[in-house]
Amino acid sequence: MSAAGPAAAGTTGPGTTTPVLAVDDVHKSFGTEQVLRGVSLAVPEHTVTVLIGASGSGKSTLLRCVNLLTRIDDGTIRLDGRDISDPEVDPDEVRRQIGMVFQSFNLFPHLRVLDNITLAPRRVHGVPRDRAEAAGLALLERFGLADKAQQYPDRLSGGQQQRVAIVRSLAVAPRLMLMDEVTSALDPVLVNEVLATVRELKGEGMTMVIATHEMGFASQVADEVCFLESGRILERGEPEQVLHDPHEPATRDFLRRVHEAGRL
Amino acid sequence: MTTTGAGTPQPSAEELRRRAVRQRQARRRTLVAGASSVVVLGALAALVVTSPGWPVVQETFFDWAYGREVLPAVFEGLLLNIRLTIIATVCIAVLGLGLALARTSTAAALAPLRILATVYVDLFRGVPTLLVILLVGFGVPALGLAGVTSSVVVLGTTAVILTYSAYVAEVLRSGILSVHPSQSAAARSLGLTAGQTLRHVVLPQGIRRVVPPLLNDFVSLLKDTGLISVLGVVDAIRAAQIESSRSFNYTPYVVAALLFLVLTIPLTRVTDRFMLRSIARQNAQVGV
Ligand SMILES: Nc1ncnc2c1ncn2[C@@H]1O[C@H](COP(=O)(O)OP(=O)(O)O)[C@@H](O)[C@H]1O
Ligand SMILES: [Mg+2]
Repeated sequence: MSAAGPAAAGTTGPGTTTPVLAVDDVHKSFGTEQVLRGVSLAVPEHTVTVLIGASGSGKSTLLRCVNLLTRIDDGTIRLDGRDISDPEVDPDEVRRQIGMVFQSFNLFPHLRVLDNITLAPRRVHGVPRDRAEAAGLALLERFGLADKAQQYPDRLSGGQQQRVAIVRSLAVAPRLMLMDEVTSALDPVLVNEVLATVRELKGEGMTMVIATHEMGFASQVADEVCFLESGRILERGEPEQVLHDPHEPATRDFLRRVHEAGRL
Repeated sequence: MTTTGAGTPQPSAEELRRRAVRQRQARRRTLVAGASSVVVLGALAALVVTSPGWPVVQETFFDWAYGREVLPAVFEGLLLNIRLTIIATVCIAVLGLGLALARTSTAAALAPLRILATVYVDLFRGVPTLLVILLVGFGVPALGLAGVTSSVVVLGTTAVILTYSAYVAEVLRSGILSVHPSQSAAARSLGLTAGQTLRHVVLPQGIRRVVPPLLNDFVSLLKDTGLISVLGVVDAIRAAQIESSRSFNYTPYVVAALLFLVLTIPLTRVTDRFMLRSIARQNAQVGV
Protein backbone atom coordinates (compact mmCIF):
# COMPACT_ATOMS: atom_id res chain seq x y z
CA MET A 1 0.00 0.00 0.00
CA SER A 2 3.02 2.28 0.36
CA ALA A 3 3.75 4.88 -2.26
CA ALA A 4 7.38 3.81 -2.45
CA GLY A 5 8.25 2.91 -6.01
CA PRO A 6 11.42 1.93 -7.82
CA ALA A 7 12.25 5.63 -8.12
CA ALA A 8 12.92 5.68 -4.40
CA ALA A 9 16.05 3.57 -4.92
CA GLY A 10 19.50 5.15 -4.95
CA THR A 11 18.93 8.07 -2.65
CA THR A 12 22.53 9.20 -2.78
CA GLY A 13 23.81 11.40 -5.56
CA PRO A 14 25.71 10.25 -8.62
CA GLY A 15 29.39 9.56 -8.32
CA THR A 16 29.19 8.13 -4.80
CA THR A 17 29.83 4.46 -4.34
CA THR A 18 26.73 3.19 -2.59
CA PRO A 19 27.00 -0.58 -2.28
CA VAL A 20 24.20 -2.51 -3.98
CA LEU A 21 23.62 -4.35 -0.72
CA ALA A 22 24.44 -3.05 2.73
CA VAL A 23 23.59 -5.21 5.72
CA ASP A 24 24.11 -3.48 9.05
CA ASP A 25 24.11 -5.19 12.44
CA VAL A 26 21.30 -7.60 11.57
CA HIS A 27 19.87 -9.82 14.28
CA LYS A 28 17.47 -12.72 13.91
CA SER A 29 16.20 -15.29 16.38
CA PHE A 30 13.90 -18.26 15.94
CA GLY A 31 12.30 -18.66 19.35
CA THR A 32 15.16 -18.60 21.83
CA GLU A 33 17.78 -19.57 19.24
CA GLN A 34 19.85 -16.59 18.07
CA VAL A 35 20.60 -17.38 14.44
CA LEU A 36 22.06 -14.02 13.33
CA ARG A 37 23.92 -12.01 15.95
CA GLY A 38 24.92 -8.69 14.47
CA VAL A 39 25.87 -9.40 10.88
CA SER A 40 27.18 -6.55 8.73
CA LEU A 41 28.02 -6.78 5.05
CA ALA A 42 28.61 -4.41 2.13
CA VAL A 43 28.46 -5.68 -1.43
CA PRO A 44 29.60 -3.10 -4.03
CA GLU A 45 28.25 -3.26 -7.57
CA HIS A 46 29.76 -5.97 -9.83
CA THR A 47 31.33 -7.79 -6.91
CA VAL A 48 30.72 -11.22 -5.42
CA THR A 49 30.60 -11.93 -1.70
CA VAL A 50 30.87 -15.58 -0.73
CA LEU A 51 29.51 -16.82 2.59
CA ILE A 52 31.15 -19.89 4.04
CA GLY A 53 30.49 -21.60 7.34
CA ALA A 54 29.29 -24.81 8.87
CA SER A 55 25.77 -26.05 8.46
CA GLY A 56 23.51 -24.09 10.80
CA SER A 57 25.80 -21.05 10.96
CA GLY A 58 23.07 -18.83 9.49
CA LYS A 59 23.97 -18.51 5.78
CA SER A 60 20.50 -19.39 4.48
CA THR A 61 18.81 -17.24 7.09
CA LEU A 62 20.93 -14.24 6.10
CA LEU A 63 20.06 -14.68 2.42
CA ARG A 64 16.37 -15.10 3.22
CA CYS A 65 16.46 -11.92 5.32
CA VAL A 66 17.99 -9.97 2.44
CA ASN A 67 15.21 -11.22 0.17
CA LEU A 68 12.60 -10.30 2.82
CA LEU A 69 11.44 -13.92 2.97
CA THR A 70 12.32 -13.74 6.68
CA ARG A 71 11.82 -10.63 8.79
CA ILE A 72 14.80 -9.40 10.78
CA ASP A 73 14.60 -8.62 14.49
CA ASP A 74 17.02 -5.72 14.44
CA GLY A 75 19.48 -3.83 12.23
CA THR A 76 18.99 -2.51 8.71
CA ILE A 77 19.29 -3.84 5.19
CA ARG A 78 19.78 -1.41 2.34
CA LEU A 79 19.41 -2.08 -1.35
CA ASP A 80 21.03 0.65 -3.43
CA GLY A 81 20.95 2.82 -0.36
CA ARG A 82 17.27 2.38 0.32
CA ASP A 83 16.29 0.91 3.67
CA ILE A 84 14.29 -2.21 2.75
CA SER A 85 13.79 -3.25 6.37
CA ASP A 86 11.34 -0.34 6.66
CA PRO A 87 7.82 -1.76 7.10
CA GLU A 88 6.55 0.90 4.67
CA VAL A 89 8.49 -0.76 1.86
CA ASP A 90 6.57 -3.11 -0.43
CA PRO A 91 8.40 -6.46 -0.15
CA ASP A 92 7.13 -7.65 -3.54
CA GLU A 93 8.68 -4.61 -5.18
CA VAL A 94 12.00 -5.28 -3.43
CA ARG A 95 12.05 -8.96 -4.41
CA ARG A 96 11.56 -8.00 -8.04
CA GLN A 97 15.06 -6.52 -7.92
CA ILE A 98 16.66 -9.51 -6.21
CA GLY A 99 17.06 -12.93 -7.78
CA MET A 100 17.36 -15.97 -5.56
CA VAL A 101 18.47 -19.49 -6.41
CA PHE A 102 17.91 -22.29 -3.93
CA GLN A 103 19.70 -25.49 -3.03
CA SER A 104 16.64 -27.52 -4.04
CA PHE A 105 16.10 -25.75 -7.43
CA ASN A 106 12.38 -25.18 -6.71
CA LEU A 107 11.35 -25.14 -10.34
CA PHE A 108 7.58 -25.17 -10.78
CA PRO A 109 6.88 -28.82 -11.72
CA HIS A 110 3.56 -28.07 -13.41
CA LEU A 111 5.10 -25.61 -15.87
CA ARG A 112 7.38 -26.27 -18.82
CA VAL A 113 10.88 -24.86 -18.64
CA LEU A 114 10.02 -21.86 -20.80
CA ASP A 115 6.87 -21.13 -18.78
CA ASN A 116 8.91 -21.35 -15.58
CA ILE A 117 11.11 -18.62 -17.00
CA THR A 118 8.42 -16.36 -18.42
CA LEU A 119 6.08 -16.53 -15.41
CA ALA A 120 7.60 -13.59 -13.54
CA PRO A 121 8.29 -11.38 -16.59
CA ARG A 122 4.70 -11.85 -17.75
CA ARG A 123 2.82 -11.70 -14.47
CA VAL A 124 5.01 -9.34 -12.49
CA HIS A 125 6.46 -7.08 -15.16
CA GLY A 126 3.59 -7.25 -17.62
CA VAL A 127 5.75 -8.29 -20.56
CA PRO A 128 3.57 -9.62 -23.42
CA ARG A 129 3.79 -13.37 -23.92
CA ASP A 130 5.59 -13.39 -27.28
CA ARG A 131 8.26 -10.97 -26.10
CA ALA A 132 8.73 -12.79 -22.80
CA GLU A 133 9.12 -16.09 -24.63
CA ALA A 134 11.59 -14.67 -27.14
CA ALA A 135 13.67 -13.25 -24.30
CA GLY A 136 13.39 -16.51 -22.34
CA LEU A 137 14.50 -18.56 -25.34
CA ALA A 138 17.44 -16.25 -25.92
CA LEU A 139 18.53 -16.74 -22.30
CA LEU A 140 18.14 -20.52 -22.55
CA GLU A 141 20.16 -20.44 -25.76
CA ARG A 142 22.93 -18.54 -24.05
CA PHE A 143 23.18 -21.14 -21.30
CA GLY A 144 22.95 -24.12 -23.64
CA LEU A 145 19.45 -25.10 -22.59
CA ALA A 146 17.46 -24.12 -25.67
CA ASP A 147 16.50 -27.73 -26.44
CA LYS A 148 14.88 -28.04 -23.00
CA ALA A 149 12.45 -25.12 -23.42
CA GLN A 150 9.38 -27.30 -23.94
CA GLN A 151 10.28 -29.97 -21.36
CA TYR A 152 8.80 -30.34 -17.90
CA PRO A 153 11.39 -29.95 -15.11
CA ASP A 154 11.23 -33.61 -14.04
CA ARG A 155 12.67 -34.60 -17.43
CA LEU A 156 15.87 -32.66 -16.69
CA SER A 157 18.99 -33.68 -14.79
CA GLY A 158 19.64 -31.92 -11.48
CA GLY A 159 22.33 -29.76 -13.06
CA GLN A 160 20.03 -28.72 -15.87
CA GLN A 161 17.24 -27.95 -13.41
CA GLN A 162 19.52 -25.73 -11.38
CA ARG A 163 20.73 -23.91 -14.50
CA VAL A 164 17.10 -23.35 -15.50
CA ALA A 165 16.48 -21.97 -12.00
CA ILE A 166 19.37 -19.54 -12.50
CA VAL A 167 18.01 -18.51 -15.90
CA ARG A 168 14.58 -18.05 -14.33
CA SER A 169 16.06 -15.58 -11.82
CA LEU A 170 17.97 -13.78 -14.55
CA ALA A 171 14.85 -13.32 -16.67
CA VAL A 172 13.70 -10.42 -14.51
CA ALA A 173 17.09 -8.68 -14.79
CA PRO A 174 17.80 -8.54 -11.06
CA ARG A 175 20.02 -5.95 -9.46
CA LEU A 176 21.40 -8.56 -7.08
CA MET A 177 21.56 -12.36 -7.10
CA LEU A 178 21.47 -14.54 -3.99
CA MET A 179 22.62 -18.14 -4.32
CA ASP A 180 22.12 -20.59 -1.49
CA GLU A 181 24.29 -23.69 -1.83
CA VAL A 182 23.17 -24.09 -5.41
CA THR A 183 25.31 -27.20 -5.95
CA SER A 184 24.74 -29.03 -2.67
CA ALA A 185 21.97 -31.24 -4.02
CA LEU A 186 23.95 -32.26 -7.10
CA ASP A 187 26.15 -35.15 -8.15
CA PRO A 188 29.82 -34.14 -8.27
CA VAL A 189 29.73 -34.52 -12.05
CA LEU A 190 26.86 -32.06 -12.36
CA VAL A 191 28.32 -29.49 -9.97
CA ASN A 192 30.73 -28.13 -12.57
CA GLU A 193 28.16 -27.16 -15.17
CA VAL A 194 26.29 -25.11 -12.58
CA LEU A 195 29.46 -23.48 -11.26
CA ALA A 196 30.45 -22.62 -14.83
CA THR A 197 27.12 -20.84 -15.21
CA VAL A 198 27.71 -18.83 -12.03
CA ARG A 199 31.22 -17.94 -13.20
CA GLU A 200 29.73 -16.67 -16.43
CA LEU A 201 27.42 -14.38 -14.45
CA LYS A 202 30.40 -13.11 -12.51
CA GLY A 203 32.13 -12.38 -15.81
CA GLU A 204 29.16 -10.30 -16.87
CA GLY A 205 29.42 -8.21 -13.74
CA MET A 206 26.42 -9.54 -11.82
CA THR A 207 26.45 -8.52 -8.18
CA MET A 208 26.03 -11.65 -6.08
CA VAL A 209 26.00 -13.08 -2.58
CA ILE A 210 26.76 -16.79 -2.67
CA ALA A 211 26.62 -19.33 0.12
CA THR A 212 28.68 -22.38 -0.79
CA HIS A 213 30.83 -25.24 0.44
CA GLU A 214 32.81 -25.34 -2.82
CA MET A 215 36.01 -23.67 -1.67
CA GLY A 216 37.81 -23.91 -5.02
CA PHE A 217 34.91 -22.17 -6.67
CA ALA A 218 34.77 -19.61 -3.84
CA SER A 219 38.37 -18.60 -4.37
CA GLN A 220 37.73 -18.17 -8.12
CA VAL A 221 34.63 -15.97 -8.00
CA ALA A 222 34.79 -14.19 -4.65
CA ASP A 223 35.85 -10.60 -4.20
CA GLU A 224 35.24 -11.05 -0.51
CA VAL A 225 34.83 -14.20 1.57
CA CYS A 226 32.95 -14.08 4.88
CA PHE A 227 33.23 -16.90 7.35
CA LEU A 228 30.09 -17.24 9.45
CA GLU A 229 30.03 -18.96 12.77
CA SER A 230 26.98 -19.12 15.03
CA GLY A 231 25.39 -16.11 13.38
CA ARG A 232 28.47 -13.87 13.38
CA ILE A 233 30.96 -13.05 10.67
CA LEU A 234 34.09 -14.25 12.41
CA GLU A 235 36.52 -13.50 9.63
CA ARG A 236 36.35 -11.73 6.29
CA GLY A 237 38.70 -10.67 3.56
CA GLU A 238 40.14 -11.49 0.16
CA PRO A 239 39.64 -15.13 -0.81
CA GLU A 240 43.41 -15.73 -0.88
CA GLN A 241 43.72 -14.65 2.72
CA VAL A 242 40.59 -16.20 4.27
CA LEU A 243 40.75 -19.50 2.41
CA HIS A 244 44.51 -20.06 2.45
CA ASP A 245 45.84 -18.08 5.38
CA PRO A 246 43.02 -17.59 7.88
CA HIS A 247 43.72 -15.64 11.04
CA GLU A 248 41.04 -17.23 13.18
CA PRO A 249 41.51 -20.73 14.61
CA ALA A 250 37.79 -21.40 14.01
CA THR A 251 38.18 -20.58 10.31
CA ARG A 252 41.22 -22.82 10.05
CA ASP A 253 39.33 -25.58 11.82
CA PHE A 254 36.34 -25.26 9.49
CA LEU A 255 38.52 -25.28 6.37
CA ARG A 256 40.37 -28.32 7.60
CA ARG A 257 37.09 -30.16 8.06
CA VAL A 258 35.90 -29.16 4.60
CA HIS A 259 39.26 -30.24 3.22
CA GLU A 260 38.92 -33.62 4.88
CA ALA A 261 35.51 -33.98 3.28
CA GLY A 262 37.32 -33.65 -0.04
CA ARG A 263 35.97 -30.35 -1.23
CA LEU A 264 39.08 -28.18 -1.47
CA MET B 1 7.55 -59.50 -25.70
CA THR B 2 8.32 -61.79 -28.62
CA THR B 3 9.25 -59.14 -31.17
CA THR B 4 12.86 -58.08 -31.31
CA GLY B 5 13.68 -54.66 -32.76
CA ALA B 6 16.58 -54.06 -35.12
CA GLY B 7 18.83 -52.73 -32.33
CA THR B 8 17.94 -55.20 -29.57
CA PRO B 9 20.17 -58.23 -29.15
CA GLN B 10 18.81 -61.74 -29.76
CA PRO B 11 17.69 -63.24 -26.42
CA SER B 12 19.73 -66.18 -25.25
CA ALA B 13 18.32 -69.70 -25.14
CA GLU B 14 18.13 -69.45 -21.36
CA GLU B 15 16.11 -66.21 -21.61
CA LEU B 16 13.76 -67.83 -24.15
CA ARG B 17 13.20 -70.75 -21.77
CA ARG B 18 12.46 -68.33 -18.90
CA ARG B 19 9.95 -66.46 -21.02
CA ALA B 20 8.19 -69.69 -21.93
CA VAL B 21 7.98 -70.67 -18.27
CA ARG B 22 6.65 -67.23 -17.32
CA GLN B 23 4.04 -67.48 -20.04
CA ARG B 24 2.92 -70.89 -18.78
CA GLN B 25 2.72 -69.55 -15.23
CA ALA B 26 0.66 -66.55 -16.35
CA ARG B 27 -1.75 -68.79 -18.27
CA ARG B 28 -2.19 -71.05 -15.26
CA ARG B 29 -2.87 -68.07 -12.95
CA THR B 30 -5.49 -66.65 -15.34
CA LEU B 31 -7.17 -70.02 -15.54
CA VAL B 32 -7.28 -70.42 -11.75
CA ALA B 33 -8.60 -66.89 -11.23
CA GLY B 34 -11.26 -67.33 -13.90
CA ALA B 35 -12.39 -70.69 -12.58
CA SER B 36 -12.63 -69.50 -9.00
CA SER B 37 -14.65 -66.43 -10.07
CA VAL B 38 -17.10 -68.62 -11.95
CA VAL B 39 -17.44 -70.98 -9.01
CA VAL B 40 -18.01 -68.22 -6.45
CA LEU B 41 -20.47 -66.23 -8.57
CA GLY B 42 -22.25 -69.40 -9.68
CA ALA B 43 -22.63 -70.55 -6.09
CA LEU B 44 -24.03 -67.17 -5.08
CA ALA B 45 -26.48 -67.15 -7.99
CA ALA B 46 -27.54 -70.71 -7.24
CA LEU B 47 -28.08 -69.79 -3.59
CA VAL B 48 -30.29 -66.84 -4.53
CA VAL B 49 -32.23 -68.59 -7.28
CA THR B 50 -32.93 -71.73 -5.20
CA SER B 51 -33.94 -69.79 -2.09
CA PRO B 52 -37.58 -70.31 -1.04
CA GLY B 53 -38.43 -66.61 -1.56
CA TRP B 54 -36.87 -66.30 -5.03
CA PRO B 55 -40.03 -66.64 -7.15
CA VAL B 56 -41.67 -63.81 -5.21
CA VAL B 57 -38.52 -61.64 -5.31
CA GLN B 58 -38.14 -62.23 -9.01
CA GLU B 59 -41.69 -61.12 -9.59
CA THR B 60 -41.60 -57.97 -7.41
CA PHE B 61 -38.02 -56.80 -8.13
CA PHE B 62 -37.12 -58.16 -11.55
CA ASP B 63 -40.26 -57.88 -13.62
CA TRP B 64 -38.51 -56.79 -16.82
CA ALA B 65 -41.66 -56.15 -18.81
CA TYR B 66 -42.83 -53.76 -16.13
CA GLY B 67 -39.33 -52.35 -15.89
CA ARG B 68 -39.39 -51.38 -19.55
CA GLU B 69 -42.76 -49.73 -19.01
CA VAL B 70 -41.54 -47.45 -16.20
CA LEU B 71 -38.14 -46.74 -17.75
CA PRO B 72 -39.16 -43.46 -19.47
CA ALA B 73 -40.55 -41.97 -16.24
CA VAL B 74 -37.50 -42.97 -14.18
CA PHE B 75 -35.17 -41.78 -16.93
CA GLU B 76 -36.98 -38.44 -16.97
CA GLY B 77 -36.28 -38.21 -13.24
CA LEU B 78 -32.64 -39.09 -13.77
CA LEU B 79 -32.26 -36.19 -16.18
CA LEU B 80 -33.20 -33.92 -13.29
CA ASN B 81 -30.50 -35.56 -11.13
CA ILE B 82 -27.97 -34.93 -13.88
CA ARG B 83 -29.03 -31.31 -14.35
CA LEU B 84 -28.90 -30.61 -10.63
CA THR B 85 -25.50 -32.30 -10.38
CA ILE B 86 -24.07 -30.04 -13.07
CA ILE B 87 -25.47 -26.87 -11.53
CA ALA B 88 -24.41 -27.93 -8.05
CA THR B 89 -20.89 -28.80 -9.22
CA VAL B 90 -20.33 -25.27 -10.47
CA CYS B 91 -21.65 -23.71 -7.24
CA ILE B 92 -19.69 -26.16 -5.06
CA ALA B 93 -16.47 -25.46 -6.96
CA VAL B 94 -16.83 -21.73 -6.32
CA LEU B 95 -17.98 -21.95 -2.71
CA GLY B 96 -15.62 -24.80 -1.83
CA LEU B 97 -12.60 -22.97 -3.27
CA GLY B 98 -13.61 -19.80 -1.43
CA LEU B 99 -13.83 -21.70 1.85
CA ALA B 100 -10.53 -23.48 1.25
CA LEU B 101 -8.78 -20.19 0.47
CA ALA B 102 -10.29 -18.56 3.54
CA ARG B 103 -9.12 -21.42 5.72
CA THR B 104 -5.57 -21.50 4.32
CA SER B 105 -5.12 -17.72 4.36
CA THR B 106 -2.48 -16.45 6.78
CA ALA B 107 -3.08 -12.72 6.62
CA ALA B 108 -3.96 -11.32 10.05
CA ALA B 109 -6.71 -9.17 8.55
CA LEU B 110 -8.52 -12.29 7.35
CA ALA B 111 -8.75 -13.91 10.79
CA PRO B 112 -12.54 -13.38 11.09
CA LEU B 113 -13.06 -14.93 7.67
CA ARG B 114 -10.86 -17.85 8.66
CA ILE B 115 -12.88 -18.49 11.80
CA LEU B 116 -16.16 -18.18 9.92
CA ALA B 117 -15.02 -20.67 7.28
CA THR B 118 -13.85 -23.11 9.94
CA VAL B 119 -17.18 -22.94 11.76
CA TYR B 120 -19.01 -23.42 8.45
CA VAL B 121 -16.97 -26.47 7.51
CA ASP B 122 -17.33 -28.05 10.95
CA LEU B 123 -21.07 -27.47 10.89
CA PHE B 124 -21.87 -28.82 7.45
CA ARG B 125 -19.49 -31.73 7.61
CA GLY B 126 -20.92 -32.76 10.93
CA VAL B 127 -24.62 -32.86 10.07
CA PRO B 128 -26.03 -35.67 7.88
CA THR B 129 -26.83 -34.43 4.37
CA LEU B 130 -30.39 -35.67 4.65
CA LEU B 131 -30.95 -33.56 7.77
CA VAL B 132 -29.58 -30.44 6.06
CA ILE B 133 -31.95 -31.07 3.16
CA LEU B 134 -34.93 -31.44 5.51
CA LEU B 135 -34.01 -28.39 7.56
CA VAL B 136 -33.44 -26.15 4.54
CA GLY B 137 -36.31 -27.60 2.50
CA PHE B 138 -38.91 -27.26 5.23
CA GLY B 139 -37.32 -24.63 7.46
CA VAL B 140 -36.66 -21.85 4.98
CA PRO B 141 -40.22 -21.71 3.57
CA ALA B 142 -41.54 -21.73 7.16
CA LEU B 143 -39.62 -18.52 7.82
CA GLY B 144 -41.86 -16.87 5.25
CA LEU B 145 -39.14 -14.47 4.12
CA ALA B 146 -40.19 -12.18 1.30
CA GLY B 147 -38.34 -12.79 -1.96
CA VAL B 148 -36.93 -16.14 -0.87
CA THR B 149 -37.93 -19.04 -3.06
CA SER B 150 -40.08 -21.84 -1.74
CA SER B 151 -39.27 -24.13 -4.67
CA VAL B 152 -38.24 -27.47 -3.19
CA VAL B 153 -35.91 -28.16 -6.11
CA VAL B 154 -33.98 -24.96 -5.48
CA LEU B 155 -33.97 -25.39 -1.70
CA GLY B 156 -33.00 -29.05 -1.89
CA THR B 157 -30.18 -28.34 -4.29
CA THR B 158 -29.03 -25.46 -2.12
CA ALA B 159 -28.84 -27.81 0.85
CA VAL B 160 -26.73 -30.27 -1.14
CA ILE B 161 -24.46 -27.43 -2.31
CA LEU B 162 -24.02 -26.20 1.27
CA THR B 163 -22.98 -29.65 2.48
CA TYR B 164 -20.72 -30.60 -0.40
CA SER B 165 -18.95 -27.24 -0.36
CA ALA B 166 -17.74 -28.13 3.12
CA TYR B 167 -16.39 -31.51 1.92
CA VAL B 168 -14.78 -30.06 -1.18
CA ALA B 169 -13.27 -27.19 0.79
CA GLU B 170 -11.45 -29.68 3.01
CA VAL B 171 -10.17 -31.68 0.06
CA LEU B 172 -8.94 -28.52 -1.66
CA ARG B 173 -7.37 -27.28 1.55
CA SER B 174 -5.38 -30.49 1.95
CA GLY B 175 -4.21 -30.09 -1.66
CA ILE B 176 -3.12 -26.49 -1.08
CA LEU B 177 -1.29 -27.42 2.12
CA SER B 178 0.49 -30.30 0.40
CA VAL B 179 2.42 -27.92 -1.88
CA HIS B 180 5.85 -27.48 -0.30
CA PRO B 181 6.55 -23.98 1.10
CA SER B 182 9.72 -23.81 -0.99
CA GLN B 183 7.49 -23.42 -4.05
CA SER B 184 5.96 -20.30 -2.55
CA ALA B 185 9.39 -19.03 -1.52
CA ALA B 186 10.63 -19.44 -5.10
CA ALA B 187 7.60 -17.63 -6.50
CA ARG B 188 7.78 -14.80 -4.00
CA SER B 189 11.51 -14.34 -4.60
CA LEU B 190 10.70 -13.82 -8.28
CA GLY B 191 8.52 -10.89 -7.19
CA LEU B 192 5.12 -12.57 -7.52
CA THR B 193 2.60 -11.25 -5.01
CA ALA B 194 0.89 -13.58 -2.55
CA GLY B 195 -2.16 -13.67 -4.83
CA GLN B 196 -0.16 -14.39 -7.96
CA THR B 197 1.77 -17.11 -6.15
CA LEU B 198 -1.48 -18.75 -5.11
CA ARG B 199 -3.02 -18.46 -8.55
CA HIS B 200 -0.07 -19.53 -10.71
CA VAL B 201 2.02 -21.79 -8.47
CA VAL B 202 0.20 -23.20 -5.44
CA LEU B 203 -3.34 -23.79 -6.70
CA PRO B 204 -2.44 -25.51 -9.99
CA GLN B 205 -0.25 -28.00 -8.12
CA GLY B 206 -2.54 -28.40 -5.12
CA ILE B 207 -5.69 -29.00 -7.15
CA ARG B 208 -3.97 -31.49 -9.44
CA ARG B 209 -3.03 -33.61 -6.44
CA VAL B 210 -6.60 -33.87 -5.19
CA VAL B 211 -8.32 -34.66 -8.48
CA PRO B 212 -9.01 -38.29 -7.46
CA PRO B 213 -10.79 -37.42 -4.17
CA LEU B 214 -12.66 -34.63 -5.97
CA LEU B 215 -13.89 -37.11 -8.56
CA ASN B 216 -14.99 -39.37 -5.71
CA ASP B 217 -16.99 -36.51 -4.26
CA PHE B 218 -18.50 -35.88 -7.68
CA VAL B 219 -19.80 -39.45 -7.84
CA SER B 220 -21.23 -39.11 -4.32
CA LEU B 221 -22.84 -35.82 -5.30
CA LEU B 222 -24.56 -37.40 -8.27
CA LYS B 223 -26.03 -40.05 -6.00
CA ASP B 224 -26.88 -37.63 -3.20
CA THR B 225 -28.93 -35.36 -5.45
CA GLY B 226 -31.39 -38.26 -5.07
CA LEU B 227 -31.78 -37.37 -1.41
CA ILE B 228 -33.83 -34.30 -2.28
CA SER B 229 -36.60 -36.67 -3.33
CA VAL B 230 -37.62 -36.52 0.36
CA LEU B 231 -38.86 -32.99 -0.35
CA GLY B 232 -41.14 -34.34 -3.07
CA VAL B 233 -38.89 -33.42 -5.98
CA VAL B 234 -39.53 -35.87 -8.80
CA ASP B 235 -36.04 -37.15 -9.55
CA ALA B 236 -35.17 -40.71 -10.54
CA ILE B 237 -35.73 -42.09 -7.05
CA ARG B 238 -39.02 -40.28 -6.50
CA ALA B 239 -40.22 -41.31 -9.97
CA ALA B 240 -39.41 -44.93 -9.15
CA GLN B 241 -41.22 -44.58 -5.84
CA ILE B 242 -44.35 -43.21 -7.53
CA GLU B 243 -44.37 -46.00 -10.08
CA SER B 244 -43.78 -48.72 -7.52
CA SER B 245 -46.48 -47.50 -5.16
CA ARG B 246 -48.96 -47.63 -8.01
CA SER B 247 -48.29 -51.30 -8.67
CA PHE B 248 -46.84 -52.63 -5.41
CA ASN B 249 -43.89 -53.80 -7.47
CA TYR B 250 -40.29 -52.78 -6.68
CA THR B 251 -38.87 -53.21 -10.17
CA PRO B 252 -38.76 -49.39 -10.71
CA TYR B 253 -36.22 -49.11 -7.86
CA VAL B 254 -34.03 -51.68 -9.57
CA VAL B 255 -34.38 -49.73 -12.81
CA ALA B 256 -33.32 -46.53 -11.02
CA ALA B 257 -30.37 -48.34 -9.45
CA LEU B 258 -29.25 -49.64 -12.84
CA LEU B 259 -29.51 -46.17 -14.37
CA PHE B 260 -27.34 -44.71 -11.61
CA LEU B 261 -24.81 -47.49 -12.15
CA VAL B 262 -24.62 -46.72 -15.85
CA LEU B 263 -23.53 -43.21 -14.88
CA THR B 264 -21.32 -43.95 -11.90
CA ILE B 265 -19.34 -47.00 -13.02
CA PRO B 266 -17.50 -45.18 -15.83
CA LEU B 267 -16.85 -42.30 -13.43
CA THR B 268 -15.39 -44.56 -10.76
CA ARG B 269 -13.23 -46.29 -13.36
CA VAL B 270 -11.88 -42.90 -14.49
CA THR B 271 -11.28 -41.91 -10.87
CA ASP B 272 -9.35 -45.12 -10.31
CA ARG B 273 -7.14 -44.46 -13.31
CA PHE B 274 -6.48 -40.88 -12.18
CA MET B 275 -5.59 -42.05 -8.71
CA LEU B 276 -3.11 -44.67 -9.92
CA ARG B 277 -1.52 -42.18 -12.29
CA SER B 278 -1.26 -39.55 -9.59
CA ILE B 279 0.38 -42.01 -7.20
CA ALA B 280 2.82 -43.08 -9.90
CA ARG B 281 3.73 -39.46 -10.60
CA GLN B 282 4.26 -38.72 -6.93
CA ASN B 283 6.51 -41.76 -6.56
CA ALA B 284 8.50 -40.69 -9.59
CA GLN B 285 9.17 -37.31 -7.99
CA VAL B 286 10.71 -38.73 -4.84
CA GLY B 287 14.20 -39.15 -6.29
CA VAL B 288 15.62 -35.84 -7.51
N1 LIG C 1 12.20 -21.17 9.98
C1 LIG C 1 13.00 -21.54 10.99
N2 LIG C 1 12.49 -21.83 12.21
C2 LIG C 1 13.29 -22.20 13.23
N3 LIG C 1 14.62 -22.32 13.14
C3 LIG C 1 15.20 -22.06 11.97
C4 LIG C 1 14.42 -21.67 10.82
N4 LIG C 1 15.27 -21.46 9.79
C5 LIG C 1 16.50 -21.73 10.26
N5 LIG C 1 16.46 -22.09 11.55
C6 LIG C 1 17.63 -22.41 12.40
O1 LIG C 1 18.57 -21.40 12.21
C7 LIG C 1 19.88 -21.95 12.23
C8 LIG C 1 20.64 -21.47 11.01
O2 LIG C 1 20.08 -22.11 9.88
P1 LIG C 1 20.51 -21.74 8.40
O3 LIG C 1 20.41 -20.29 8.21
O4 LIG C 1 19.70 -22.60 7.51
O5 LIG C 1 22.03 -22.18 8.39
P2 LIG C 1 22.93 -22.59 7.16
O6 LIG C 1 22.25 -22.18 5.90
O7 LIG C 1 24.21 -21.88 7.39
O8 LIG C 1 23.11 -24.06 7.25
C9 LIG C 1 19.74 -23.45 12.32
O9 LIG C 1 20.02 -23.85 13.62
C10 LIG C 1 18.30 -23.70 11.98
O10 LIG C 1 17.82 -24.77 12.72
MG1 LIG D 1 21.59 -23.39 4.34
